[in-house]
Amino acid sequence: MVGIVGYGAKIPRHRIKVEEIAKTWGADAPSYKKGLQLSEKSVPGPDVDTITLSVEAAKYALKRAGISGSEIGSVYVGSESHPYAVKPSGTVLAEAIGAVKDCHCADFEFACKAGSEAMFVCLGLAQSGYVKYGLAVGGDTSQGAPGDALEYSAAAGSAAFIMATDKDKILAEILHTHSYMSDTPDFWRREHEHYPQHGGRFTGEPAYFAHVMGATKAILDKSGMKPSDFQYAVFHQPNGKFPMRVGKMLGFKKEQIETGWLVPVLGNTYSGASPLGLTAILDVAKPGDMIMMCSYGSGAGSDSFIWKVTDRIKEVQNLCPKTRTQLDEHKVYVDYGTYAKFRKKILKNK
Amino acid sequence: MREVAIIGVGMGKWGEIWNDSLRDIYVEAAVLALKDAGIDKVDSMYVGSMTPGLFVGQEHLGSLLADYLGIKNLPCTRVESACASGGVALKSAFLEVASGYSDLVIAGGVEKMTDCSGDDATYALATAADQEYEVFHGATFPGLYAMMARRHMFEYGTTREQLAYVAVKNHKNGAKNPKAQYPFEVTLEGVMSSVMVADPLRILDCSPITDGAACVVLADLETAKRICKKPIVKILGFGHATDTIALHARESLTRLDATIVAAERAYKMAGKKPSDIDFAEVHDCFTIAEIIVSEDLGFFEKGKGGPAVEAGETQIGGKIPINTSGGLKSKGHPVGATGIAQAIEIVSQLRGEAGDRQVKGAKVGLAQNMGGSGGSCTVHIMEVV
Amino acid sequence: MFPARTWRENPQRYRLEAQKCSKCSSVYFPPRKVAPGTLDGSCLEPYTLPNDGTIYTFTRINVPPNQFKDAAPYVVGIVELTDGTKIMCQIADTDGMELEIGQKVKLEFRRVQTDGEHGVLAYGYKAVPAIPGVTTV
Repeated sequence: MVGIVGYGAKIPRHRIKVEEIAKTWGADAPSYKKGLQLSEKSVPGPDVDTITLSVEAAKYALKRAGISGSEIGSVYVGSESHPYAVKPSGTVLAEAIGAVKDCHCADFEFACKAGSEAMFVCLGLAQSGYVKYGLAVGGDTSQGAPGDALEYSAAAGSAAFIMATDKDKILAEILHTHSYMSDTPDFWRREHEHYPQHGGRFTGEPAYFAHVMGATKAILDKSGMKPSDFQYAVFHQPNGKFPMRVGKMLGFKKEQIETGWLVPVLGNTYSGASPLGLTAILDVAKPGDMIMMCSYGSGAGSDSFIWKVTDRIKEVQNLCPKTRTQLDEHKVYVDYGTYAKFRKKILKNK
Repeated sequence: MREVAIIGVGMGKWGEIWNDSLRDIYVEAAVLALKDAGIDKVDSMYVGSMTPGLFVGQEHLGSLLADYLGIKNLPCTRVESACASGGVALKSAFLEVASGYSDLVIAGGVEKMTDCSGDDATYALATAADQEYEVFHGATFPGLYAMMARRHMFEYGTTREQLAYVAVKNHKNGAKNPKAQYPFEVTLEGVMSSVMVADPLRILDCSPITDGAACVVLADLETAKRICKKPIVKILGFGHATDTIALHARESLTRLDATIVAAERAYKMAGKKPSDIDFAEVHDCFTIAEIIVSEDLGFFEKGKGGPAVEAGETQIGGKIPINTSGGLKSKGHPVGATGIAQAIEIVSQLRGEAGDRQVKGAKVGLAQNMGGSGGSCTVHIMEVV
Repeated sequence: MFPARTWRENPQRYRLEAQKCSKCSSVYFPPRKVAPGTLDGSCLEPYTLPNDGTIYTFTRINVPPNQFKDAAPYVVGIVELTDGTKIMCQIADTDGMELEIGQKVKLEFRRVQTDGEHGVLAYGYKAVPAIPGVTTV
């Protein structure tokens, strides 16, 4: 038996509304809101980055796992906004939570799938017995070029999970995983570029939909389960529309998807997107609930997971701030000028 | 120990001095002091300077200034204790004369602060705070004193207006000091509506960035009596103390322990008590500093410094005139020179040479010079013979 | 900023590692070589500072030093932690206009300084206003 023994989420407090961005670029806010099914997004403050969000999420995960950082044997951070091009994010995270020094540590990158990759690897390492506790974090302070459609959705947040075979501590057991990939360049960022580029509508059918459908269908086949067997499902959520549509195409109902569907008020947290959705589900799940999760990373691939919630979930849900609480309460709205300053979009002399 | 007197004082006009360099302004002050003393050479020199290395890229200041003063092979020591560098230079010179090793010693101070950008000057000054646990987090000097001010307001009800009264009073005095950088008066409303620097402190609560130098000549009492043609001013006693450099490490933010201890030591050595002091020059790098220091020197009860300045008790003619020179606020604050310039004001008053700002019947004066956020302090008590 | 300078402080800045005197229970942060007045460090034992506290004093910096140019205005304060230790740090996620002495805060891991566009990133603690009803870790 292997699974999640602790989880945590961190979402920054700042938000910007779609209207505020649209106003700046003379764009039509209602059509963006309708098209993306998204009304606002989280904004990282100037002192917030993937590392800081990941540290806070990891501290919550440790608290829920009831272990100390020194017991962690592997630390993986999946992101496409690692603050350094060369130098790991994971070492800062590991030092900050005390997971030093006998620890395996690496940064992952696979567009928005980097977080689920880290989860996948930690599950494998825990199951094989190579590590007792593996910490997997998916998080981003996502980039979107000013004025680009991505700017309306690119958001910030991290989710952390600790994987182990410790039966008494597992709060969600992994029953099946499946990974599915091909070389499909729908979205990319070249080295030394500030913002990613994308293939517009090419990011849809041959990219997001093909891979999420591929990974989810395969795991359903593998497990012999059907959509109605699940209480919850979370699919990668680059906008509000895609996860709902892919869920419907696969035979899932809106009610199953809604709990982990954070994007309408969070935005797209890239590597944090489906992992954060999973934390929101775990916050409210009941023992015995079945959860379907499928990530998507451009380039392209999907990892799917089937989780079964255990009795321990009740003991840990209230130990740390819940995802939905962080999302819905104590928000601080910023204007476009402040947002541009926070995100270093203002040109200054060096 | 021998008794020690100040027999010569010298300082030029302070301000933004574009045409002269650090060595020029120092030599001007030193020559004025030597001429005032009526001598042309000394045995030794101490120069207080906080960070010439950051302001103008020059260290090894003692040798440079001895060279340009033109006294060959003069033993000269540069002394550093942040904004108390001048006070510590004075103490060092005092001890060298008192010990009998030298008879005539210059205690000087200098800072050339406008040869770099305002940002660079802010950075240079911040090196007087704890780099790793204060400055690392973005603290600035106005910020550190602002945190003290907020605490003093919280604990004792000191008002924003009372802070402003310090600036109003000191500018009123400074307007009568021809050497002052900003010799003009300011109004209460002007201070209260000036630009915010670090809430609650505004720009007119802050001492300025200044180029300036100041020198005094010290002699043992016998030598002083032999050569001095002006009233002889004796240094009756000094106190010198340090405190934690980091503000957060202190038990209280509304008192300055280095000042309290230095004052105790100075009073004891001088055989004086606060009520014996006729006037004082104190380190008003920020308005709140003068209020706290006026309490810590024993002039007012703790928490009463604000009401005292508001009631005019620290004006010329009040119970205890403070900063008759205009203080750091109006006269300027070339950090390394400040402690010496305070001594010069004490001597001027005690000699009866203070002109329009003369304190009538002044016999005993006190100078308090402070480094950083109060991490170092010197207090000197002087009396006219 | 040469990396050794900030790297050396990691245990304090990342994990709030401090010392407690086994004789008098005084807390020292950052750690010291000797306990004051003793010339001896053998009584100083590892101790971790708590993560919660209240605002002891604060200011909003409008005129920043060079390395914080892009951050101004920002709030710096002294936080009194629940064990009574006082530390200085920034107070983040607030413009400082509504803060009060005594207000509850918690410490979070944040980026404190960036050495220009090319240098090292220095991380550490900042205080953030505590959210009522939300447990802290």
